[in-house]
Amino acid sequence: MLGILSLKDIPYNVPILVGTFVGVAIIGLAVLFAITYYGKWTVLFKNWLFSVDHKRIGIMYIVLALVMLFRGFCDALMMRTQQAIAFDSPGYLPPHHYDQIFTAHGTIMIFFMAMAFMQGLFNLIVPLQIGARDVAFPFLNSLSFWLTTAGAILVNISLFIGEFSTAGWLAYPPVSELQFSPGVGVDYYIWAVQISGIGTVLTAVNFMTTMCKMRAPGMTWMRLPVFCWTVFAACIMIYTTFPALTVSIAELTLDRYLGMHFFTNELGGNVMLYLNLIWAWGHPEVYILVIPAFGCFSELVPVFCKKPLFGYATMVYATLTITVLSLLVWVHHFFTMGAGANVNSFFGIMTMIIAIPTGVKIFNWLFTMYRGRIEFTAPMYWTIGFMIVFVIGGMTGVMLAIPASDFVLHNSEFLIAHFHNTIIGGVYFGYIAGMNFWAPKVTGFKMSQGLGKAAFWFWFFGFFLSFVPLYITGFDGMVRRLNHYDNPDWHFWLIIACVGAFCILCGVVCQLTQIFLGIWNMDKPGHKDITGDPWDGRTLEWSTSSPAPIYNFAHIPVVHARDAFAYDKEHGIDTRRTSEPYQDIIMPKNTSAGFFIGMLSFVFGFAAVWHIWWLAIVAGILMLLIVIGYSFKEDKEFVIPAAEVERIEKEHSRNIMTQVAE
Amino acid sequence: MSENSTMTANGGHHEHEHENHSVFGFWLYLMSDCVIFGCLFASYAVLHGQFFGAPTFKELLHAGDIEFSTVAYETALLLLSSLTFGFAMLSAHKGNRSGTLLWMVVSAVLGAGFLGLEIKEFMHLISKGATPESCAHWSAFFTLVGTHGLHVTIGLIWMIVLMIQVATKGVGSHMMPRLTCLSLFWHFLDIIWICVFSFVYLLSML
Amino acid sequence: MKKILPKITLSVVGLASTLMLGGCNLVIMDPKGTVGQGEKQLIIMSVIAMLCIVIPVIIATLFVAYRYRRSNTNATYAPKWDFSTTIEILVWGIPMCLIAFLAYHTYVSSHELDPYKPIAAPADNPNAKPINVQVVALNWKWLFIYPDYGIATVNEMAMPVNTPVAFRLTSDATMNSFWIPQLGSQVYVMAGMQTQLHLMSTSTGTFRGLSNNYSGSGYSEMKFKAISTDQKGFDEWVEKVKASSKQLDSKDSEVYKHLREDQMEYAKTHEGNVLHQEPIYYGTVGHHLFDDIVGQYNDGHFNVHNHGNSSAAPAQSNDMHSGE
Repeated sequence: MLGILSLKDIPYNVPILVGTFVGVAIIGLAVLFAITYYGKWTVLFKNWLFSVDHKRIGIMYIVLALVMLFRGFCDALMMRTQQAIAFDSPGYLPPHHYDQIFTAHGTIMIFFMAMAFMQGLFNLIVPLQIGARDVAFPFLNSLSFWLTTAGAILVNISLFIGEFSTAGWLAYPPVSELQFSPGVGVDYYIWAVQISGIGTVLTAVNFMTTMCKMRAPGMTWMRLPVFCWTVFAACIMIYTTFPALTVSIAELTLDRYLGMHFFTNELGGNVMLYLNLIWAWGHPEVYILVIPAFGCFSELVPVFCKKPLFGYATMVYATLTITVLSLLVWVHHFFTMGAGANVNSFFGIMTMIIAIPTGVKIFNWLFTMYRGRIEFTAPMYWTIGFMIVFVIGGMTGVMLAIPASDFVLHNSEFLIAHFHNTIIGGVYFGYIAGMNFWAPKVTGFKMSQGLGKAAFWFWFFGFFLSFVPLYITGFDGMVRRLNHYDNPDWHFWLIIACVGAFCILCGVVCQLTQIFLGIWNMDKPGHKDITGDPWDGRTLEWSTSSPAPIYNFAHIPVVHARDAFAYDKEHGIDTRRTSEPYQDIIMPKNTSAGFFIGMLSFVFGFAAVWHIWWLAIVAGILMLLIVIGYSFKEDKEFVIPAAEVERIEKEHSRNIMTQVAE
Repeated sequence: MSENSTMTANGGHHEHEHENHSVFGFWLYLMSDCVIFGCLFASYAVLHGQFFGAPTFKELLHAGDIEFSTVAYETALLLLSSLTFGFAMLSAHKGNRSGTLLWMVVSAVLGAGFLGLEIKEFMHLISKGATPESCAHWSAFFTLVGTHGLHVTIGLIWMIVLMIQVATKGVGSHMMPRLTCLSLFWHFLDIIWICVFSFVYLLSML
Repeated sequence: MKKILPKITLSVVGLASTLMLGGCNLVIMDPKGTVGQGEKQLIIMSVIAMLCIVIPVIIATLFVAYRYRRSNTNATYAPKWDFSTTIEILVWGIPMCLIAFLAYHTYVSSHELDPYKPIAAPADNPNAKPINVQVVALNWKWLFIYPDYGIATVNEMAMPVNTPVAFRLTSDATMNSFWIPQLGSQVYVMAGMQTQLHLMSTSTGTFRGLSNNYSGSGYSEMKFKAISTDQKGFDEWVEKVKASSKQLDSKDSEVYKHLREDQMEYAKTHEGNVLHQEPIYYGTVGHHLFDDIVGQYNDGHFNVHNHGNSSAAPAQSNDMHSGE
């Protein structure tokens, strides 16, 4: 009835987990109580969970990402503390627990924090920037979100039921094979990654179609905002490389569930096949994450420097160059497998070549700032911090790309420092800069700049404190994923790194305060964004009200130039075309189908983890029936009457007037 | 009427645009699916020949357990099914509901025939000890060919759903994109099968 | 901003100087082997080359940010300026030159420092014959077989100084990476496959060796001592091992099975903890042990795992063994 699940799989004897469970339960109950108390259940489901509005889905993605950031960050703190005290002692985390933590940290940060944040930004910004009312497939969009969420829930439920994988975030076989990982941990990993991966591919197809087919009239490709170009590049990489992840994980699944021999030691399995397949996805994946972050910088630097982006065309070509090159470098993750010198130098040189377009981008932002009038807002702090941190990360990346250097740096703490240098310094700084920049558009209020800057300083110095020591211990021959060690030379640096992690914690606290304070003060004067254009923006999203109305644009804007909104403002063109008569607007209806399919996919994953086959089959059939049922549905759209559109638009115009009058 | 035309100018003609998008989006999805098969072919290429005591492809061929004729029949059925689905599309374009339905039924039957033959072949291989658990070669073989079979199964379910929709809703403009997507999918599976046939069967027979 | 500038500059300079100057005590920067020396020089050369661009970029970023702050109305403001062919050529050209330079060195060093490339006997020891060592990674210990001496050890190995060492490596469990940081390169170690590594120590001492690829819960204990000593010391070490009455016959022997399984069994009941395996000496060792271990996962065959690099591979031993 319950497969292999039994009471002994509940870790009630591990104090850390029981404590966590109590904490999560209290917060969860408080949230449930609050929703009930304020009578928001209907609102929650109808307007949010069942929503197909890209803006709401975007917000839900970011909420998911922030919750996952918190979880992943707690894992990071535990690891840093363990390594700080585990010199010549076992520390406080036994290997079995510690190994789950570093696996969960990597899995959560990449798949459920960074990917979710990225898809959130896609959703919030792309349709608004290209002048569209929605994405091409609103239902698929909702489904993507719920599939990602289902994966996230699976990872987190593994805390309290059973265990998580101990095989590292890429689940290298043969450690991840049944022979060496007989528990359910790897199965949780497999289903969580697989389910969310499908969601990501759907997102890529969706946004690619949106950008190819739904750009506003006049928005030629070379007028497309750079952020959209980066989304375009990320989508290409997603749908060409995620299948490699799907296949490698699926083959691992077949090994574990059906006793096949893709990657086993015995009977002809080949570990290197897995490494090749998963890195054929894994390396482009980091570009999938970082390129949209570059897009965020490219959008906000011109706004805060009060001049157009320097070298728009080069920026686009650099982005596309990186996209293509990213597919040709995966072997640099295992130069040490004993490939020949020619193979190694080919992939090494290909990897280094990526530094060229990336360097060009840095120079372009620099020359955008040059002869500008730079306004030092929080997003600008993150940007300048990024430029400093990222060039160092790029440099250490090139060091790792030289095979002969890699032979002594590979898999060491140096590598850990390097990729955190690029992922924190590039991806995270970029997304947070983007969040601070676009927050008014999305929520209707400005986030506190002071707290944003404080968060930046904590992150910036915390980053150096945490990761410079790791560069150093890497040079001192320290390898990654150590539970404990007996080398006295490393101990000091690991304590410093732990201090750094707590410094970053202060940054995270500042950011959470920034968000909660923003929500708390949202209606107070001075915080509210009334005009919809708080930064004197350059692209179309700033021409709408904040938050944008459900239909985004009452009249689809006509684009006359790159930086469409800046051009319109300069030439006195009314982007909103307020003098023209309004029409009825047809919008997609909200639907519960995505939510239910997502939740059923969670049930399916959970059942598969615990071999509860009847439940897996029931969930599978129900998912299929919902999809088929949805395809029969006729009225998937509703009409917003012209009068209503006019009322909303008039109100926004009045708001702008009062603001201008003040 | 004039109101409608203004709406079009404003990009307000949602229904029509959406359906156009689905064919474009489906093309993108197919590229993704193509990479899936690419990875499976790569796995097969790497693990090919790793028999470890399990019956080898050549042995089974010589013993008559893998018959060229079965594979040839499978190929013929799938290719024919693609052809008949082409006829279904032609009928649909002409607005001929019953013709469309008839050709779809024929395509589905041919597809089911392919699937039946494939299952029979799989069962036979397994009975001879060439099971997916026996060695890496057969793991890769069953996964590659089986994934194609799974796609055909999904295609069949999809075809049945669309047959019901054609029967109840006709072949109006709102059905065409759906039929086009399925048609793309069905032809795509044909192309994949030709690759399976050439790389997995023909090359091993040489 | 004024207060911030020196802070940032300081931390950057701090980072760079720690890596460059303070690096003297760090094992990668203090190599005791020819391969490690080559890699150290390569790292320093590439870092210096890149810092030539990285440091100016960081300084320029801070300078531009400071100079063109909004409050500084003295600075030029060019609100329309967004393109310059000269600058474009420079920003593409400069990184290209740097990468071309590094690419050349990458190609050369990849061949020069290829782990599969045998090391020639050094000038001061021209008659040195390479020491053959066969390495087997077990969960979670290292087994070293010296086929030429008929001995084997666990978690301790020795080599004469200034003498090339030729490793052949495999695993009888999970994947690991064999690494003695102070001597230089590491290489992956996989079941059913053979990899190779060539190292040579240039000074005596005991170096830390470890696994550099996570291989399960006992991974942290997977470390060994690599002793580099003069020829006399090495001979004494060999004699010491030979004197041991312990023997390791074949992969099917109880001794070997115990060696292979004991820590994994222990870990199951101790939340993944294992006890560190102290060195063991085996005075005699089965003739084909290493090849049998490779062959058991490989249908009895053992081939050098060597992607298109056959020229660098030494001729295989003649005693080809056809397994069961």
